[in-house]
Amino acid sequence: MTCHRIGHTPGNSNDLSPLGMDGEADETVAVGDDCVPGRRRRVHGMLKLYYGLNEEGKAAEESESLDPCDINGPHFDPELYLNKLRRECSLAELMDQETCMVKQIRSLDSDMQTLVYENYNKFISATDTIRKMKNDFKKMEDEMDCLSANMAAITEFSASISGTLQDQHTQITKLSGVHTLLRKLQFLFELPARLNKCLELQAYAQAVSSHRRARCVLQQYSHLPSFKGIQDDCHAIMDKLAQELRQKFRDGGSSAKDLSECVELLLQLDEPAEELCDKFLSHARSRLESDLQGLEAEIRPYPSAAKDASARRGCNEFVSSLCLVITSYQELFINHAQTGELLHAFVDNLAARYFSLVERRIQEEKSVGDNSLLVRALDRFHRRLQAVAKLLPGSAVPNKGTEIVIRAATERVKQYLSALQSFYMDSLTDVRQALATPRLSVAGRDAPNSLPELLSSLSASILNQIKSVLASVHLFTAKDITFSNKPYFKGEFCSQGVRESLVVSFIKFVCQSSRHFCESAGDKGGSTPPALLLLLSRLCLDYETSTISYILTLTDEQFLDQHHSPVTPVTTLCAEAKEAAQKLLNHYVKVQGLIISQMLRKSVETRDWVNTIEPRNVRAVMKRVVEDTTSIDVQVGLLYEEGVRKAHSSDSSKRTFSVYSSSRQQARYAASYTPSAPMDTNLLSNIHKLFSERIDIFSSVEFNKVSVMTGIIKISLKTFLECVRLRTFGRYGLQQIQVDCHYLQMYLWRFVSDENLVHFLLDEIVGSSAHRCLDPAPMEQSVIEVICERG
Amino acid sequence: MEDDAPVIYGLEFQARALSAQTAETDAIRFLVGTQSLKFDNQIHIIDFDDENNIINKNVLLHQAGEIWHIGASPADKAVLTTCYNKTCDSRVVSCAAVWRMPSDWETGSHESPDDTAHNPQTLELLCHLNDSAHGNAACVLWEPMGDGKRVISLADNHALLWDLQESSTQAVVSNTATLEGKGQLKFTSGKWSPHHNCSQLATANDTAIRGWDLRTMSQIYCIENAHGQLVRDLDFNPNRQYYLASCGDDCKVKFWDVRNIQEPVKSLEEHSHWVWSVRYNHSHDQLVLTASSDSRLILSNMVSISSEPFGHLVDDEELSEGEDNHQDDKGKEPLKDSVVSTYEEHEDSVYAAEWSSADPWLFASLSYDGRLVINRVPRALKYRILL
Repeated sequence: MTCHRIGHTPGNSNDLSPLGMDGEADETVAVGDDCVPGRRRRVHGMLKLYYGLNEEGKAAEESESLDPCDINGPHFDPELYLNKLRRECSLAELMDQETCMVKQIRSLDSDMQTLVYENYNKFISATDTIRKMKNDFKKMEDEMDCLSANMAAITEFSASISGTLQDQHTQITKLSGVHTLLRKLQFLFELPARLNKCLELQAYAQAVSSHRRARCVLQQYSHLPSFKGIQDDCHAIMDKLAQELRQKFRDGGSSAKDLSECVELLLQLDEPAEELCDKFLSHARSRLESDLQGLEAEIRPYPSAAKDASARRGCNEFVSSLCLVITSYQELFINHAQTGELLHAFVDNLAARYFSLVERRIQEEKSVGDNSLLVRALDRFHRRLQAVAKLLPGSAVPNKGTEIVIRAATERVKQYLSALQSFYMDSLTDVRQALATPRLSVAGRDAPNSLPELLSSLSASILNQIKSVLASVHLFTAKDITFSNKPYFKGEFCSQGVRESLVVSFIKFVCQSSRHFCESAGDKGGSTPPALLLLLSRLCLDYETSTISYILTLTDEQFLDQHHSPVTPVTTLCAEAKEAAQKLLNHYVKVQGLIISQMLRKSVETRDWVNTIEPRNVRAVMKRVVEDTTSIDVQVGLLYEEGVRKAHSSDSSKRTFSVYSSSRQQARYAASYTPSAPMDTNLLSNIHKLFSERIDIFSSVEFNKVSVMTGIIKISLKTFLECVRLRTFGRYGLQQIQVDCHYLQMYLWRFVSDENLVHFLLDEIVGSSAHRCLDPAPMEQSVIEVICERG
Repeated sequence: MEDDAPVIYGLEFQARALSAQTAETDAIRFLVGTQSLKFDNQIHIIDFDDENNIINKNVLLHQAGEIWHIGASPADKAVLTTCYNKTCDSRVVSCAAVWRMPSDWETGSHESPDDTAHNPQTLELLCHLNDSAHGNAACVLWEPMGDGKRVISLADNHALLWDLQESSTQAVVSNTATLEGKGQLKFTSGKWSPHHNCSQLATANDTAIRGWDLRTMSQIYCIENAHGQLVRDLDFNPNRQYYLASCGDDCKVKFWDVRNIQEPVKSLEEHSHWVWSVRYNHSHDQLVLTASSDSRLILSNMVSISSEPFGHLVDDEELSEGEDNHQDDKGKEPLKDSVVSTYEEHEDSVYAAEWSSADPWLFASLSYDGRLVINRVPRALKYRILL
């Protein structure tokens, strides 16, 4: 302690004394003229070194400047300092400086004396202390000798004591061993009672573990009568216990967990595993079957109940308990080789029943309202079965489950198809009604106006329906559905299921039903309204041009990522649609033609042409024919384009006809009915026919208005001709026909593609009626014109 | 092998009535009746010389009126019936009569063929089949394969069964059947079935086909709406007793099994206008001839509903030996119902077509402009049927 203080004191004085500069730079300091402070400083430095203070001091000194004029600095150069003073200061200042310096030196000297005195005192006291310590240690040495002697004595004693105690120690150990044995024996003796108690309390697990603990011992010592007795008792009790366990097991009322516990205990009791397997499975079966019956019962009373709920419950209850059974089974019977097959058979059997139930349930799911429910239910179903698959690898159950899902999906697609079909038929019925209703109210004028709207709304609603169905079906392939990544759902379902058997079938159905309209209606006398035929024909044509490819593209986008299997090409469907459109239009022409034909036929057949009066008017039926033709023209014009006509002569009005009629027709009558030349009768018309093209009456028409109208007019006029040929005319009968034909000529030419056709047919009619006339005296052309213009 | 070109014969008048001379089995002979309101109507007896492809004609005058239907007796070559229109008191009435050809018409024609046009012989009237109570006659049907003693005439809505007595000079109505119903019903045509001991008759009125039992003169079946439009003609399959062909204004030819009249067995729609006549070939009932007012005649091969549905069983060996390759190919195709040929020689509506009674491979068709065309079944088909 004192040493420390010694070290410090010079440090403290450092600041004050210009000579007290210390540090490691001893050499630098040594440059100084004063040697005493130099030695002191060295001593001081060694002390510091001794006490490890140099670090500290260095840190303190480093801040000191290197200025040689700093009187307190380590690099102080007295010469420089003096020179500097001499240079810079005046004499007075030098004097002051000198006095100040002297003062400082004096004070420093006195300080040093004080320090030296203090330190001297301390050395003296230290010496005293050391001397005193010397004395004390001598005393202590004596005491230590005494202590070691004592310790040796104690050791001796201790050895002798332990020697005496040895015997007793072994005895005690033996005794404690006996004690343990006795406790064990007590356990054994108490075992029967304990087991009984456990039995009473139904703490079977405890009983079994107790018994297991004792069993070996009992076995080992069974030759001793007392142990034998205990063993027998235990056996009896354990048998009873096993009995009870079996009873419990057999009752089956307990939960699956209890059951598996039972089995575990029984196994520990060395019951034969196979038997237990069987029993276990049969119990599990009975429980699962009751589940199934519950399901079945649920299905039966509410066939229309939400699929979701029942499937979910079915899945939850049945499949999870099945899983539980499988797990516990596997845990329990893991060591028994052949039991795996039993389990498989068991699971397969039950799953088959479950599947049949599920399938029945799915089959009952007829409503196509919300597919997402079904898909979700199926997904859940499938997911659960995956769990089974994980538990029981190699089982056929998941595959069968997938099959069911696939079947359900195909079934669903079928249902959608039929739903689409019935939707289509319903829409057609609606259209039919829409066509019929206004016709009743406003006598056929307003109805055709709505045709394009009906068409567009029909096709739009069908398209929407298809889209919504596609969206619903698309759920089957959604990413988050577990079975959607099955190869079936990726490939076949998309191409065969959705594209072929849903979309393509529907389009085919549309065409088919259209064709059906043509066929059935023809025989039953046109039960289909002609406007509907026209509309459908346009619909099919639109399908051919755009809708089919649109629908298929849509389908392909949604469902086909790659083409696996051959699919019906768009062109085939388009061809079919076109064919249907053509058939419908042909049929439309036929029906409309027949309606007009019928009027003409009745008008010809019911009249007595021999005894008719001189014509004054165009017959009303002709006006009706023209009116109807006009309205048909309007109707067709709403849905079909105009089409091309053969070039008309610039004014193909009645004037042309009148010239044609009066000149040629007259010439023909003249030629035909000169009695001298019966041979000439047919000559003109035959020559004419030779050069005109053959006219196909009920032939195919093109998809335009003119062609349609031509077809209808052809049919009507040909009928007129054939009917005329079956009758016999009087003079006025012929004239009436002339008037009628002229009237028709005036109005009909504008509808047809080639007016010569109308000319030709009307010519034939007039010609034929002239042939069939008893008194052929044709009417003056001018009179005919007057009558016709009068209306 | 080239088929023989059709042979065309032109009449001066318009004509609708055509019949084969049923009793004649050696010569190919057709009877044609003309329709003219102005001139005396004629019956042309057309003989076809198969060897030389030549037509010989003989004309007999039928002065009573224009002929709408003609029927040749199955027993007596010289006897025939006609349905004709005559005008009296500015009314047109349809009548039916039995006629006999003058015995020497054949010799006459040979001696001076040019004369016949100018000075033809006249038919000899045997008896009228008219009953003033029963309206206008549409057609007269001879009992098929009978002894020429029984005919049926269809008049308005009555079917009259006549017994011809005293060498056909007297006709007595032995039985009648009447079509009852709403409106003015009228038989348009009919056919006497050659089956069931000739005890059945089929008639057409409007769109319905009816079958009658001649023993009781009662209706046995009725095919309502057999055709969409008027039924124009009927014919019985000569070999299959329940099969019946019909044609009509809906351009269709339908084949019926009268035991099941709900649906036709088969339906053809080859013509583009009304079909006026349908005829089974007498020997090979797969061959069906149809005539239409689209001026066409169509020969169809209806194998599937014929009495020889599989054709003759021909083994390959036989085929490869016979004929040329072309035929060989054809023979191997499965036999299907098909149109054999469409004949376009006519310029006007064809109202009648008939098979020859002498040559089963030959048929005639008559169009309104008086053109009679004689055609043959294509040889390829003929040989395929025969071999």
